[in-house]
Amino acid sequence: MTDPKTAARKVLAGDIRAAAALMRGLDDGQPSCRAVLKELFAGAGRAHVVGVTGPPGSGKSTLVDRLVGEAREEGRSVGVVAVDPTSPFSGGAVLGDRIRMGRHAVDPGVFIRSLATRGSLGGLSGSVFDTVTVLDAMGKDLVLIETAGVGQDGVKVASAAHTVLVVLSPGMGDDIQAIKAGVMEIGDIYVMNKADKEGVESLERSLRLALDGRPGRDGLPRPVVRTEARSGKGVADLAAALAGHRGSLLERGLWEERSRAMARAAFEELVEAGIRSSLEKKRASDKAWKSLLEGLACRRLDPYAAARAGLRRLLR
Amino acid sequence: MNPKNRKIRVLIAKPGLDGHDRGAKVVARALRDAGMEVIYTGIRQTPEAIASAAVQEGVDFVGLSCLSGAHGHLFPEVVRLLKAHGAGKVRVFGGGIIPESDIPALKRAGIRKVFPPGSTTGDIVDWILNARLPVGEAHGT
Ligand SMILES: Nc1nc2c(ncn2[C@@H]2O[C@H](COP(=O)(O)OP(=O)(O)O)[C@@H](O)[C@H]2O)c(=O)[nH]1
Ligand SMILES: [Mg+2]
Repeated sequence: MTDPKTAARKVLAGDIRAAAALMRGLDDGQPSCRAVLKELFAGAGRAHVVGVTGPPGSGKSTLVDRLVGEAREEGRSVGVVAVDPTSPFSGGAVLGDRIRMGRHAVDPGVFIRSLATRGSLGGLSGSVFDTVTVLDAMGKDLVLIETAGVGQDGVKVASAAHTVLVVLSPGMGDDIQAIKAGVMEIGDIYVMNKADKEGVESLERSLRLALDGRPGRDGLPRPVVRTEARSGKGVADLAAALAGHRGSLLERGLWEERSRAMARAAFEELVEAGIRSSLEKKRASDKAWKSLLEGLACRRLDPYAAARAGLRRLLR
Repeated sequence: MNPKNRKIRVLIAKPGLDGHDRGAKVVARALRDAGMEVIYTGIRQTPEAIASAAVQEGVDFVGLSCLSGAHGHLFPEVVRLLKAHGAGKVRVFGGGIIPESDIPALKRAGIRKVFPPGSTTGDIVDWILNARLPVGEAHGT
């Protein structure tokens, strides 16, 4: 492979192939690719990172396709990270979000990457942060992250984005589901997609009830926007709301704060992953680890003493 | 490096104008069940869109399914465009309704493997597991 500095320079210049290869290597945990990330990291940090979450089928991918279209009309470049779950049985995944984004496939100003969660504990895989960093380093103005908002993945996306869109649609008690999944806390903008369908009035009622006029995480008001992603109706309003949120963050000095929170989330994700993998290694093959467990089993050690010794070993 | 973090990535695409993708979806699921990450791009994709998606997605393989009879033009075009994008190491295979007599020409054009009607998803899985490069190599990492 080319040396890290050269590879980093290519990515910073927007080279699509170099960026794709880097994302792949980071996803697979290749040390040589981490060396490239190190070189380009300081050059990233300008993109507006937007999380798009909500129940499966609510129209997130279709909406992302439309938002990409809006941004391109304004001449802004866009990166998309589309996350789907890894099958717990096989470790494989079918990643199908691109189906809805076909018209942007050959636009050099749009880079779309599909990621599987790869069994990351408690949500977003560390690869999402890496992939966003690479897209950002490429100079993308806008980076959209799509995750399915059931359970942890959807909630965790909030920590990886400046702005979070929660996408709901009428029917099938989605509203109730969404509230249960905890997405009522994390949204900066609420989207009622499929506004062409029956039930949008009742969705709006339960949504407003659940939001209860409470502001979002930065104390900013949380707009509710109706869209029809399939026809494109309302998408311009949504794009305006997005720009509005970004503007408010910048105006009130909250952008910096949000960026710091994103950095912390990425940091903690990596630290946790490191601890987990170190634990697995010790568990599998460390002699001292086994003797700690032995001491515990015959009650020579109490659980706290054993855990303290274990932690020291883990972090050595 | 954690080996469980290394996955074979495959793009399954349908070039051409026919709108039937049941077969392609069955293949996608079978590859998933064999532990691969499968990017499915849907029907009616141009060779340009397929090649460009394959590059962005960093895949090791591209599987093409064509029922319309236009494989003789479309499959080689995908191979050519992958090379043009600097992704010539990505391995292309194909299936759908392809007469045995067309296979030699497709192979000469760089399609690594053609699965004629009657092939099973198991055949495809086995072939991929045999034909793979070290993970990531298709993209020069
Ligand atoms: N009626 C209607 N259908 C929509 C709308 N937006 C998306 N859909 C359809 O909803 C289905 C799921 O869309 P998709 O974007 O894949 O949802 P995701 O799972 O949330 O990403 C597709 O069949 C879309 O065509 C809309 O505004 N109105
Ligand atoms: Mg989707």
